[in-house]
Amino acid sequence: MARVPPDFTKTLLFLTCQIRLKNKNSDLTMYQIVEKESFSEKVVKLVVHAPRIARARKPGHFIILRIDEQGERIPLTIAQADKNAGTITLVVQKVGVSSTRLCEMNPGDSILDLVGPLGKATHIHQAGTILACGGGVGIAPLLPIVEGFKKAGNRVVTVLAARSKDLIILEDEIRQWSDEVIIMTDDGSYGNKGLVTTGAEEVINREQIDECVAIGPAVMMKFTALLTKKYNIPTQASLNAVMVDGTGMCGACRANVGGETKFTCIDGPEFDAHKIDFDELIQRLGGYMAEEKEAWEQANG
Amino acid sequence: MKEYLKIERDTEWRVELRSQLKNKERTMRERVVMPGLDPLERIKYQDREVNLGLDEASARAEASRCMDCVNPTCIEGCPVSINIPKFIKNIERGEVLEAAKTLKETSALPAVCGRVCPQEKQCEAQCFYTLKLKKEPVAIGYLERFAADYEQNSGAVSVPETAAKNNIKVAAIGSGPASLSFAGDMAKLGYDVTVFEALHEIGGVLKYGIPEFRLPNRVVDVELESLENMGVKFERNFIVGRTASFDDLKEEGYQAFFVASGAGLPRFMNIPGENYNGILSSNEYLTRVNLMHAAEKEFDTPVLRGKNIAVVGGGNTAMDSVRTAKRLGAERAMIIYRRSREEMPARVEEVLHAEEEGIEFLNLTNPVEYFADENGRVNRMRVQKMELGEPDASGRRRPVVVEGSEYDIPVDVVVVAIGVSPNPLVPSELPELKVSRWGTIEVDPETMQSSIPELFAGGDIVRGGATVILAMGDGRKAAAGMNNYLQGKLKEQATEASGN
Ligand SMILES: Cc1cc2nc3c(=O)[nH]c(=O)nc-3n(C[C@H](O)[C@H](O)[C@H](O)COP(=O)(O)OP(=O)(O)OC[C@H]3O[C@@H](n4cnc5c(N)ncnc54)[C@H](O)[C@@H]3O)c2cc1C
Ligand SMILES: Cc1cc2nc3c(=O)[nH]c(=O)nc-3n(C[C@H](O)[C@H](O)[C@H](O)COP(=O)(O)OP(=O)(O)OC[C@H]3O[C@@H](n4cnc5c(N)ncnc54)[C@H](O)[C@@H]3O)c2cc1C
Ligand code: SF4
Ligand code: SF4
Ligand code: FES
Repeated sequence: MARVPPDFTKTLLFLTCQIRLKNKNSDLTMYQIVEKESFSEKVVKLVVHAPRIARARKPGHFIILRIDEQGERIPLTIAQADKNAGTITLVVQKVGVSSTRLCEMNPGDSILDLVGPLGKATHIHQAGTILACGGGVGIAPLLPIVEGFKKAGNRVVTVLAARSKDLIILEDEIRQWSDEVIIMTDDGSYGNKGLVTTGAEEVINREQIDECVAIGPAVMMKFTALLTKKYNIPTQASLNAVMVDGTGMCGACRANVGGETKFTCIDGPEFDAHKIDFDELIQRLGGYMAEEKEAWEQANG
Repeated sequence: MKEYLKIERDTEWRVELRSQLKNKERTMRERVVMPGLDPLERIKYQDREVNLGLDEASARAEASRCMDCVNPTCIEGCPVSINIPKFIKNIERGEVLEAAKTLKETSALPAVCGRVCPQEKQCEAQCFYTLKLKKEPVAIGYLERFAADYEQNSGAVSVPETAAKNNIKVAAIGSGPASLSFAGDMAKLGYDVTVFEALHEIGGVLKYGIPEFRLPNRVVDVELESLENMGVKFERNFIVGRTASFDDLKEEGYQAFFVASGAGLPRFMNIPGENYNGILSSNEYLTRVNLMHAAEKEFDTPVLRGKNIAVVGGGNTAMDSVRTAKRLGAERAMIIYRRSREEMPARVEEVLHAEEEGIEFLNLTNPVEYFADENGRVNRMRVQKMELGEPDASGRRRPVVVEGSEYDIPVDVVVVAIGVSPNPLVPSELPELKVSRWGTIEVDPETMQSSIPELFAGGDIVRGGATVILAMGDGRKAAAGMNNYLQGKLKEQATEASGN
């Protein structure tokens, strides 16, 4: 009697579940790319097999991956997840070596290491009207947040901004979860001509905004934060700090928030945008104060 | 314990061996010198081990210095109570594999501890030579490494016998020395053990922290292989509390957990300018180099190099960082430490090796501010002189500021190695878990059981930054504690079942 494992039936049940799971995805290896779509020459969507993460992730979470033995560990937001298929969606922009190598991978290829979900999930709640601002590849991490706020019963107005038409990504998906979408492009090739802040300010002047979320390049978030501060609108921004481990171990991702040093990977990535020292963040990302304007132009790309 | 030691000491071969040489002759012999790479040569390589290890002849000669004391005080200095004279006498008589077996009776990682234990504060500090003869102690650490390496190289690594599988699933969280020794003991008892690790490599600090020149990865890998042979499973890229919650794992059949998630959170000094580019934690610096191979061309991860590199701190982590900086080409690699050399917590051997390698020591010196160029990259640090005042709670003399002693040092990289705090990931996922105000998990010191009955903990997450051997000892205690707990539960269930 004592030989029988205490939770024998439970174990058995679990085992059968496992076998079923295995059979269903028997042709997939861990972290295999199952789907790829190019949004533009620089931005690619990858759907990756990662069943545990697909099950556990919430809006705002990210992962860290390493393509192969030689690769760096790079952080990427989980744009979407499908629990049933056991997949997560990543949207990657080519900026340097690793992101470019990742964009060149194809369905069937496998990523060596992928860990997550990391970070604190977005505080999704019923707030009233949400203004969501996404710039460039920041539109990808904005998607699950827009979806979350909409499902929580909020009115959601989304402003998407990029340098030109082909850099506006995930528009249909964003529209599905927004009451209204305003598109801004630098060159006026799509939507209205102008920066994200132009579109945002129009909305603020037009109706009562209870909360704002801004995700995109650091400079874009900086100016969005300055704008909403003027109108006293609580604002969250998601920082794209440099990271190594993503578990709070290295401190590479530290940022100054309200005069305190915070680790983006465990305390964030979202913080009160009015308290973030964006200039320091930009500096830590390798940017320069004097070239902020230039960076700003790039920021919408 | 005393009884056991006495019985062992009275075995025929030990009596015989003792009679072969007079104690007087034993004590006349000089302590062996560890052969090492030439300092000028070795600073060119990040991955060449500095200490080369003893050969058999010198190991046996060193072993003959040990007097096989009636009252082996050395054992009291060892946190896991290795039967030191027994393993040393086995080396003396040439039965090195037997010596290795003796080590493994109590230690899961002798090849590691022989290299990284602070012997001068532990076993060797309590050796009769140190205590009574005021002579250099028997080189217990060198001999331990010799026996363990001998076994690894012989290809005859013994896979410990494991009891019949009991099909009870248990999880170890983190893959540092605490978890590895826990996993070994639980596997021996027949449990189905899975070790979960957040990073892509198994080994914890042994892999991402301590550099190759002090602890080669292959030494750790041999131990991992032997655990795998015992049936221990490893899950990399898996953060317990995130990738799956404790509840998820329970649903999957895990009946108890050992949390050994380490003290990974680096501390900073919170002085002006500390977030400038070029200022980083020792964890980041060492992780980039050791885990990500940033110094090797074929790897994508970058590491900052510089002419003038300052490392703040005086522990093992600081020594590892500053010697890494030298190996990555720094012309001036400096230690900035606020106390004096006597108070340095680093292993004495590492400080000596650092000195040989041309590391500059700016002791009794403390950073107060950093300055940067127009791109935000640090280029100068302001330090102030300190002097030693009254002893503090730790018994070390407290450093006090010398007013008006500030001056500037040019630097292009600064590595901050002033200590770590407990990793908050696991406690933050378990609100009902009792933690101290320092964030360490509170446990019963005998069983390592936490306030959650099925959750045990050990190593740095319980102690704050401590040592490999203490972490390992915790792992063994926790294994015993968890086994008792689970067997007790089984019995309870059995009586309940028969009562029905
Ligand atoms: C929490 C988080 C979520 C992220 N989500 C996404 C995402 O969903 N999609 C996406 O495309 N990117 C995302 N990023 C940014 C992404 O991690 C970086 O673009 C990537 O690490 C760059 O690696 P690389 O080797 O290609 O470039 P590198 O060679 O490392 O750098 C190339 C250039 O990019 C700059 N750079 C480096 N790291 C970053 C960074 N973290 N952010 C911005 N610029 C950087 C450098 O200063 C340099 O000029 C996220 C970052 C964080 C911290
Ligand atoms: C650079 C350096 C040099 C050192 N030198 C020495 C020395 O010479 N001698 C000595 O005795 N000691 C030394 N130490 C200290 C010693 O390494 C530690 O005390 C020891 O490693 C602690 O072991 P541990 O098992 O508690 O955890 P660690 O070795 O810290 O391992 C913890 C592991 O848990 C993982 N983890 C954390 N959270 C989770 C989670 N939720 N899920 C999954 N995995 C998780 C981490 O990624 C990590 O790999 C040194 C430490 C450092 C940093
Ligand atoms: S484990 Fe460490 S303290 Fe114990 S005998 Fe070996 S070197 Fe000494
Ligand atoms: S105290 Fe020293 S001499 Fe005595 S048994 Fe221990 S190691 Fe040998
Ligand atoms: S990425 Fe290392 S602490 Fe955040």
